[in-house]
Amino acid sequence: MSFTTVVFYILSAILLLAAFRVITAKNPVHAALFLVLSFFTASGLWMLLESEFLAISLVLVYVGAVMVLFLFVVMMLDIDIEKLREGFWKNFPLAGTIAIIMAGEMALILGSPEAGLHTYPARAPLSADFSNVRELGVLMYTRYMYATELASVVLLLAIVAAIALTQRQRKDSKAMNVSEQVAVRAVDRVRIVKMAAAPVDTAATDEDQPQA
Amino acid sequence: MNWATLNLMPALPELFLLSAVLVLLVIDMLLDDERRGVLYGLSLATLAGCAAMQYLAWTPVPVETFQKMFVADPLSGVIKFFLYGVTAAVLIYTRQYVADRQMFKGEYFTLTLFALLGMNVMVSASHFMTLYIGLELLSLALYALIALRRDSVPATEAAMKYFVLGALASGLLLYGMSMVYGATGSLDIATIARVIASGNGNTVLLVFGLVFLVAGLCFKLGAVPFHMWVPDVYQGAPTAITLMIGSAPKLAAFVFLTRILGQGMEALLSQWQGMLMIVAVLSMALGNLTAIVQTNIKRMLAYSTISHMGFLLVGFLTGNAEGMSSAMYYAIIYVLMSLAAFGVLLALSRAGFECEKVADLKGLNQRNSWYAFLMLLAMFSMAGIPPLAGFYAKFAVIRAAANAGMVPLAVFAVLMSLIGAFYYLRVVKAMYFDDAEEDAAIEVRADMRLVLSLNGLALLALGVLPQQLVALCMTAVKQSLTSL
Amino acid sequence: MELLQSYLGTQLGYVIWTLLKIVVIVAPMMLAVAYLTYAERKVIGYMQVRIGPNRVGPLGLLQPIADGIKLLMKEIILPAKSSKGLFLLAPILSIMPALAAWAVVPFTDHLVLANTNASLLYIMAITSMGVYGVIIAGWAGNSKYSFLGGMRSAAQIVSYEIAMGFALVGVLMVSGSLNLVEIVKQQGHGFAGGSILSWNWLPLFPLFLVYLISGVAETNRAPFDVAEGESEIVAGFHVEYSGMAFAIFFLAEYANMILVSAMTSLMFLGGWLSPFPASWGWLGAGSFFWMAAKMSFVLFCFLWFRATFPRYRYDQIMRLGWKVFIPVTLVWVVVLGAWMMSPVSLWN
Repeated sequence: MSFTTVVFYILSAILLLAAFRVITAKNPVHAALFLVLSFFTASGLWMLLESEFLAISLVLVYVGAVMVLFLFVVMMLDIDIEKLREGFWKNFPLAGTIAIIMAGEMALILGSPEAGLHTYPARAPLSADFSNVRELGVLMYTRYMYATELASVVLLLAIVAAIALTQRQRKDSKAMNVSEQVAVRAVDRVRIVKMAAAPVDTAATDEDQPQA
Repeated sequence: MNWATLNLMPALPELFLLSAVLVLLVIDMLLDDERRGVLYGLSLATLAGCAAMQYLAWTPVPVETFQKMFVADPLSGVIKFFLYGVTAAVLIYTRQYVADRQMFKGEYFTLTLFALLGMNVMVSASHFMTLYIGLELLSLALYALIALRRDSVPATEAAMKYFVLGALASGLLLYGMSMVYGATGSLDIATIARVIASGNGNTVLLVFGLVFLVAGLCFKLGAVPFHMWVPDVYQGAPTAITLMIGSAPKLAAFVFLTRILGQGMEALLSQWQGMLMIVAVLSMALGNLTAIVQTNIKRMLAYSTISHMGFLLVGFLTGNAEGMSSAMYYAIIYVLMSLAAFGVLLALSRAGFECEKVADLKGLNQRNSWYAFLMLLAMFSMAGIPPLAGFYAKFAVIRAAANAGMVPLAVFAVLMSLIGAFYYLRVVKAMYFDDAEEDAAIEVRADMRLVLSLNGLALLALGVLPQQLVALCMTAVKQSLTSL
Repeated sequence: MELLQSYLGTQLGYVIWTLLKIVVIVAPMMLAVAYLTYAERKVIGYMQVRIGPNRVGPLGLLQPIADGIKLLMKEIILPAKSSKGLFLLAPILSIMPALAAWAVVPFTDHLVLANTNASLLYIMAITSMGVYGVIIAGWAGNSKYSFLGGMRSAAQIVSYEIAMGFALVGVLMVSGSLNLVEIVKQQGHGFAGGSILSWNWLPLFPLFLVYLISGVAETNRAPFDVAEGESEIVAGFHVEYSGMAFAIFFLAEYANMILVSAMTSLMFLGGWLSPFPASWGWLGAGSFFWMAAKMSFVLFCFLWFRATFPRYRYDQIMRLGWKVFIPVTLVWVVVLGAWMMSPVSLWN
């Protein structure tokens, strides 16, 4: 077994373990951190395939930005994980059986000699001056230009959707707008009503007054 | 890349649509709330423009561009024309409804147009990658649209369910696509078809991938056993958005199915035919039987959608030109029917009142006989009662199945359509034979009244004279799927 | 290296040799960190008309050593009801990226541990992980003050990373490489034949400013130190830490400062290139001396900022990041693209 094979199995083992812990961890913050770990090991696997650009992008985008925001939110939430799990054990036997059967079938099919996975040749190592970044860039902006542009449209849509969903006046917000308060004028708050002076019925008032 | 060789002509409608969306986004920023109506007009103008561009870009034979990632053929052309029309109808029907529910924002229009763009991309994709991106564009816009009414708990829940299950379905699709890529070495649909036909692909891997592809597709179509999201989303989403989910995307999903299975995996027909047959049978049975007990009409229509998808698959799984074109016809008619049905529901809803129970339709004939008649047309058509379009659509798919030698399947479909007739008739009974429980006036904008009436009458017209549209579907399918 | 390999065999020799190189980088780094704290106290002292530390050793020169020993001796207190594992993991997560990033930083054109093609991306990825130390420290301590500090830091770092990334996009565009050595070399020719004027700071001036200020924000230094904000939230994310665990946060912060100053020097100030004509003998030749001089200048700016500016309010920080820096960098990247394609391009 060569060195890279050993590294591959170690990374894969950590990846699977971390992914498993993501769904089993009791504490959502721990789960999120295990997800970070699984991203990190996945990027290590990519590194083994000599696609360092993808590996680094994965760390940069997912670990460095997405998961930070994720943690940010998860830490703020007060989730009662036990309450979420209430129906878990009720459905577990059926779901577990199906999952095991599925996984078993997949393993049998992909592991069988007919699947022919062993016939795929090992990838030739890349030359030292091969630049992933350049190759990817050239492909993205020529051969896959249409897909790249569409992906940017998806991102634009995501921005529009996120803003549409979040930018609204919350009904329960008690925030005050200071500049509006400062700019308020007397006429906005006080209405002076002119009323015709009515003659005061002195007799009636006198009667109400207790005699001193 | 040489710009001179890049033929943008086939993608003209998409380019126009994208530019229009960007312009709308900017205009939206400059408008204040009272003048949002401008966007409504501009969106309809955009759709008209798209249709005009589509006419200019019409091609009788498939034309590929963008390095073979985009294809314009009669199939996509016909479907796109319907997409524009349906989206325009959706906007017209929902105008008052969204205005009454604080959803009349610029994003409503831009998200709808983004969804349309996604559908266009899906319809014109000749590469797994663009198929998938188009699908995501559509789904993302729909998730956001469902959740647009943030203060409504059912809508948020529906959006969440749709999002989670949609992501799962996308995962299945991608897994299947990656297997197919592994077996054939390409994501290009034409190349995949060629490799499979030549027998060079690894069959075990291909079928393994095919299972996931079919599962993902059935998820998106909402066919049993991948249907759980449909009733919840239909019921939870605001009716306007339910209309949107239940109409145009089904057309796009049909083409999606055709591109992957009909074009790419055509040589594996014997494999996916069996899978789809099980799905179709289950969908028709479960959809029709469960719909009977529903009291919420949106939920009932959701189960009816599931059964309609089953019928569509009956036509599709024959794998021949007759079956495919009948499925295409079915998809178009189904969309027209659900437009009419939801359109009437929208017309009956008003600020502070949602028309979503079967009981809400009681005595509609007394209140307004014209809307009752339109609903009657939609219900009879869905039930497959002659001479309405739904009858001919069902007839066409069942005939295609029988012609392809699948007589038991055809008989089962007939039985199921009989069972299905029951719950549609229940709605009709409520409208015509029950007494009205309320007498609020039904106020509908003139443009909606006109389009809704045309919509209902189209069901009648297409039922009496189906030949034109059937012939159109036949040519489109034959010209586009050259191997048939 | 050959000597080691002859004694230990090819593989092991290579490993030992690399480890030695790492030590050669990290040990001076630690020393630099120690004396950076000394410099900070001295510089700020003089700016505030005091003399700063002057008791321990001549001119107070042994002060950092004394501080270090004191911190080593102190007990590490684990707060009750804290998440123990994460509490101890946090300092490690904050120092690790600060040190790991140095693997690809070139000090001169051949003095670099790993000269890889994507070194700039590597640095961005590794430094973006530093925030986990702060977030986890803030959360694991189970204290409201530290939690607030962690949250503030997370939001701030993510916001400024975008501006920082865009600033670097400009550098990438003009140098056409992700390799730091190539980036410096590119600054050696071009406008005015490789003088101080051809370095990136001048043509990319807005990006240079954005990068420098974002760098201050990324390292949580004053005036962006709301994560610590001792007047509001006591000491922010590390309020629960003591002894060596606290010292490691301290080390990480200063190591990050030195890293940002090195990156600024490499990316915008011509790295090891000399500002003088080549005919000036050793002064004109590129060398580690110039690299160190530039880094020292940037570090001095860090201290200067701290002594000069009052702390930003939180919403001001966010406004600056999202509404000023990101638009500025975006516009400049577009301008730069047009400039590079125009006949007056400096980078042909």
